[in-house]
Amino acid sequence: MMSVFERIGARALRGIDLLGKTGLFLVESAAQCFVRPYRPRRIVEQIHFVGVKSLFVIILTASFTGMVLAMQGVHTLKKFGSEGLLGSVVALSLIRELGPVLTALMVIGRAGSAMTAEIGILRIGGVIMALDAMAIEPRKFLVSPRLVGAVVAIPLLTVIFIVVGILGGWLVGVGLLGVNSGDYFGRMDQSVEFADIAGGLWKSLAFAVLIGWVCTWKGYNTQRGAQGVGHATTTAVVVSSVLVLVGDYILTSILL
Amino acid sequence: MTATVPGSNPSHLQALMDPEGPPAIRLVGVETALLGRRILDGVTLDIPAGRITVIIGLSGAGKSVILRHMIGLTRPDRGEVLVDGVDINLLSRKGLYALRDRFGVMFQTGALFDSMTVFDNVAFPLREKTEQGEEKIRGKVEHLLGLVGLPGTGGKYPDELSGGMVRRVALARAMVMDPEIIFFDEPTTGLDPIIRNSILKLVCDTWREQPFTMVMVSHDIPEVFNWCHHLVVVRAGKIAAAGPTASVLASEDPFVQQLLTGDSAGPIRLL
Repeated sequence: MMSVFERIGARALRGIDLLGKTGLFLVESAAQCFVRPYRPRRIVEQIHFVGVKSLFVIILTASFTGMVLAMQGVHTLKKFGSEGLLGSVVALSLIRELGPVLTALMVIGRAGSAMTAEIGILRIGGVIMALDAMAIEPRKFLVSPRLVGAVVAIPLLTVIFIVVGILGGWLVGVGLLGVNSGDYFGRMDQSVEFADIAGGLWKSLAFAVLIGWVCTWKGYNTQRGAQGVGHATTTAVVVSSVLVLVGDYILTSILL
Repeated sequence: MTATVPGSNPSHLQALMDPEGPPAIRLVGVETALLGRRILDGVTLDIPAGRITVIIGLSGAGKSVILRHMIGLTRPDRGEVLVDGVDINLLSRKGLYALRDRFGVMFQTGALFDSMTVFDNVAFPLREKTEQGEEKIRGKVEHLLGLVGLPGTGGKYPDELSGGMVRRVALARAMVMDPEIIFFDEPTTGLDPIIRNSILKLVCDTWREQPFTMVMVSHDIPEVFNWCHHLVVVRAGKIAAAGPTASVLASEDPFVQQLLTGDSAGPIRLL
């Protein structure tokens, strides 16, 4: 019978093993981007899938996030007689935190889960093994384009989220709650610095890698039929969502 | 082809070599375990070049694992898998892929892309691995679809085809790169007898047109005996018999005879 220490040790070893395997998977898949033949069309397809097809949900989420922020902001700032700062509050919240995080979470739900399911179905259908047998590197064909697609599309979606969120905040703050439009944009201009924007974009880039990594890894290693695909997809969504939130804390503590 | 004695001394292989010439593939003392269970136990086997070899055995005997070792999809714990005298397990990934360019593989389920049409599935290796123009690709794919009896189906998707048609598309894809060796992993499992024999005949006709080395894992006993030159019988990870079909069919080994006749009485007791 294993002692508590042995169990902890075995679990730690499994964790290190998993970390090594997933790390190698990411590095090798990323390296395949630079191996001939280049297939730009496949990357463009993935950018379209992750980016363009997520646009509607991103715009919808961003508008309501901005509107709620404005509503809450006005309510709180009124207590201090500082409604004029609403633009700063909305913009900084969206640029530093809500834009990158909510975009990442939306993309996980819409595109990340689909990535896992698609690759998982190919795995259980024997197509990944067939690719390997045909001397076609499966990671180059299936993983690399999705990684690049996520890395290109997610920061762009984040920018769109921030812009739409700011406009949503303006609509409610200025249009409904009577904040001065000049104050809204003027204070924003004064308070938002380049470092805030760069920080937000760094975060979205890190989340993009994280989402592409976790979702393709879970799909690529799917086992045990249709139930396995369901399990892999659920795990991919949960793990990548949690990692985005944990990563956000770590990155915030580094960037601040 | 060389019959195997588990754990036999590889140095004896030269004397046992097939008089027809050097084998296309040779397994020497291959041992593989999976999750603590021994799957292959000292398999030594020659696959003759330019012949159809069929591997038969009970489910779980290790037939498909042998096939995967030949393709390099699974690495043995011990032993060698030699193609042209080179141990494929010592090859780099690039070297292995260069070797696999000479192979065609047809999997049990077909392993086609559901999101691609039949035409795109067959054309896939050509588009991925060659710089051939679309016109040339079209000509070749249509020729192959005609060869497997599926002319005019290029625009269909795999889910619009019957099981037998899917296997034929997979066969066309396996041949599209003009391989030297084609592997079939249970190409007719789950098909009705008429389609099953049609596919086996198709494999044979393909061989007649171009004598590839073909290795097939099959459960189609006794139909498959009509369509192969060499037969390998696998029992619990070991080679029970191997050689020209007629000589294996004449084997007096009670296990081999029971497998060949499908008799419930004999050394194999499943229930």
